[in-house]
Amino acid sequence: MKKLIRIILMILIAVGLFFGVQQLLMPKYKSEILEGSMIAEYYQEDVKDHDVMFISDCEVYENFSPITLWEDYGITSYIRGSAQQLIWQSYYLLEDTLKYEKPKIFVFDVLGMQYGEPQSESYNRMSLDGMRWSSVKINAIKASMLPDEQMITYLFPLLRYHSRWNELTMEDLKYIFVRDTRTFNGYLMQAGVKPVTNVPSGRVLSDYQFDDICYEYLDKMIALCKENDIIPVLVKAPSLYPYWYEEWDKQMTDYANENQLLYINFLDVAEETGIDYTTDTYDMGLHLNVYGAEKLSAYFGKILQDTYGLTDHREDSNYQDIWQEKVDAYYAEKARLIALEEAKQ
Amino acid sequence: MLFTSYLFIGFVLLTLLLYYSFPKRFQWMILLAASMVFYAYSGWSNLIYIAVTIVSTYFATIQIGKLQNKTEIYIKEHKQELSREERKAYKGTMKKKQRILMVTCLLFNLGILAVMKYTNFTIDNINKIAEMFQKGTISFFDIALPLGISFYTFQTMSYLIDVYRAKHPPENNIFRLALFTSFFPQIIQGPISRFEDLSQTLYGPHDRDRRQIMFGLQRILWGFFKKLVIADRLVIAVNSIINNTDSYDGIYVFLLMILYSIELYADFTGGIDITIGIAQMFGISVRENFERPYFSKSIVEFWRRWHITMGTWFKDYIFYPISVSQPMLKLSKNSRKVLGDALGKRVPVYFATFVTWFATGIWHGASWNFIVWGLLNCLVIIVSQEFTPFYEWFHKHFPYGNTTWYKAFQIMRTFLLMSAIRVLDCYRNVGLTFKMVGTIFTKWNLMDLLQTGWSSLGLTIADYILLFAAVLLVFAVSMLQRSGSVREKIERKGPFAAYMIFLLLFLCILVFGAYGTGYDSNQFIYNQF
Repeated sequence: MKKLIRIILMILIAVGLFFGVQQLLMPKYKSEILEGSMIAEYYQEDVKDHDVMFISDCEVYENFSPITLWEDYGITSYIRGSAQQLIWQSYYLLEDTLKYEKPKIFVFDVLGMQYGEPQSESYNRMSLDGMRWSSVKINAIKASMLPDEQMITYLFPLLRYHSRWNELTMEDLKYIFVRDTRTFNGYLMQAGVKPVTNVPSGRVLSDYQFDDICYEYLDKMIALCKENDIIPVLVKAPSLYPYWYEEWDKQMTDYANENQLLYINFLDVAEETGIDYTTDTYDMGLHLNVYGAEKLSAYFGKILQDTYGLTDHREDSNYQDIWQEKVDAYYAEKARLIALEEAKQ
Repeated sequence: MLFTSYLFIGFVLLTLLLYYSFPKRFQWMILLAASMVFYAYSGWSNLIYIAVTIVSTYFATIQIGKLQNKTEIYIKEHKQELSREERKAYKGTMKKKQRILMVTCLLFNLGILAVMKYTNFTIDNINKIAEMFQKGTISFFDIALPLGISFYTFQTMSYLIDVYRAKHPPENNIFRLALFTSFFPQIIQGPISRFEDLSQTLYGPHDRDRRQIMFGLQRILWGFFKKLVIADRLVIAVNSIINNTDSYDGIYVFLLMILYSIELYADFTGGIDITIGIAQMFGISVRENFERPYFSKSIVEFWRRWHITMGTWFKDYIFYPISVSQPMLKLSKNSRKVLGDALGKRVPVYFATFVTWFATGIWHGASWNFIVWGLLNCLVIIVSQEFTPFYEWFHKHFPYGNTTWYKAFQIMRTFLLMSAIRVLDCYRNVGLTFKMVGTIFTKWNLMDLLQTGWSSLGLTIADYILLFAAVLLVFAVSMLQRSGSVREKIERKGPFAAYMIFLLLFLCILVFGAYGTGYDSNQFIYNQF
């Protein structure tokens, strides 16, 4: 018995030390490259009950504001997005989300169709490390790994991040076990203004056809939505760059028609949304700033409510306190960022 | 399959699991199967080369063994009838047959090694001569060196010669010989085992001995520590200096000497620790290959303590046979006549030394830098030998030989000398090496190194501190080894303390190891030989 206790103690020490060191060395993404922490933030939501679930890359997490959707229409929403999130990662994140809730509407930004193969290990990490362990995560990793990546480094991220031992800061200690959130239901707020001066035209491509693998995952997403009585909506955010080709748009329009889906290319209705590219973008048109995101969300919210008759939860006491807290935090951060921007000038 | 890859670790664990799960009589077969899988992983076609060596050695040794038995039986049966001279003549005839078999097999296998390893080197030299005479050049052969060919060829050669010398009987089971030749932990960088040693434990049966498995695991961890924390980190600075000869000369070349010596030690001894540790987990004893070589006080002592199995191989199978061969005895006789007894008797020894070191050099690699490296070692050994009377005179008049300071001086002198010769291994170009080493004495850029140079070599201050601490730990362990096994000392501290020490070592490797993203994980340096 004594021997057994000793063995258990030894194993516990080893496991504890290993995971302690691993937690310490994993990047926290709290003061820079905030995108890296966004996937994990979802699990910290107290109430996982959203009408609308956005799952895509920066086209959604920088351009749509769930707080505006709440304030203007009482729509509860969440964005599960990370930088250069690939379409299969979005698919597996949808699968992962369905383990926690069943939203009424699923929004996917079709710019995700542009990549038919894994692009970068660091972006993979930002999309996958934050996912909770399940068979879904393993499938997501398998689909995303570049040839020189190894599954074991995802299973034990210490094997990937060990070299950070000489880059550790107080932030790593502070967030070793506890993480706070940096986004507002997945929306990453930016308050800077960098107007569009010129829109570079897209370079000529040898082939405009989206990769088969992208269609395969898009089909899977739509099928999964249908299985779960979720309405899929395809959007193209009004980002001016990366360039959205007419040929791409036609493919998505055809796809939406074939599958009887709503597809909105916000580039076509940018004027109607009220977006002003001289004030509503923080990086010359690649992404919207908070002013642009609020305008776009107000416009999109109306479409969602008019088309799908989503319930207005603003008077529902089950939601009020939770969302008021989010709204307060949102405006506090907005004021802080605006003050920072003003200080810069 | 790199020793430092996750795949290899998984492969060893799986083999270990199978090894102790099956009945003991199958253990050696599992090892053989694992060795074949390991070897085939480097390329299916490589299996052909090693198979040819195994088969040829097997048939040659079996025939030699039969001839030896036949001789013994014949002599025994006809003891009364044959005179001493007749017995001697019969033995001589039979030995000659054995020698023909041995030499044929030896040349055949050496021929494979020579063709695979030295063809392009030969073509390169022919081309250079042809260029001098403005003649056409020969195209290089597109051949990849089979994994561990230098090691397994030497191992089978020693087996063949030992059977011929009747040191042990031939192995009757070709598959057991195949395991001896291809035993996966040692095939890529040695040690070069002798059949009489390795066969004692290679074929089992072995009980699952928890202590041996733990000791083996600890040895593997220590090997990984040296390889991943020290060698693979140092290689960044070493390669920076080697690849930027315009920027890094003078003091940087001196730094290269030191760093490369530490890197090579950590790399090679680390690899051997992993090899011996894996073998130990299977209950197999593999000969030690190092005995704290950097504590050597002379170059001769250094070579007794560095890559021991290679050194003894060259000594037993090249140096001694040449020294006592008929032509050498003749040379000795003639040189004594011409040069006198004292000097004359050394001529054949020096000749054998020269041949041995030439072979050692070219065994390390098919290029002139290795040959010059071998010959420089030879030169230093011969010069030391010639200076022996002077040393004796010096120590007689200045009796400081036994002081700690003098011993430290000798150790430092040997280390620096060996390090300087090894620079040939870095630049891989004889002319460039001498030029770069020359700049140590002509270019005074110490301040450049101290001010900014150190940080331009690809390592951070944290890396240097870590390296210093790690090397200090290796030094401390080496000091402890002088009074016995460090693992046994740790074991005596109790299971919990031992567990914590090795757990921390494991975490140190995981955290501080130079592997994975951002590092160019390196093959072991000796894999290429």
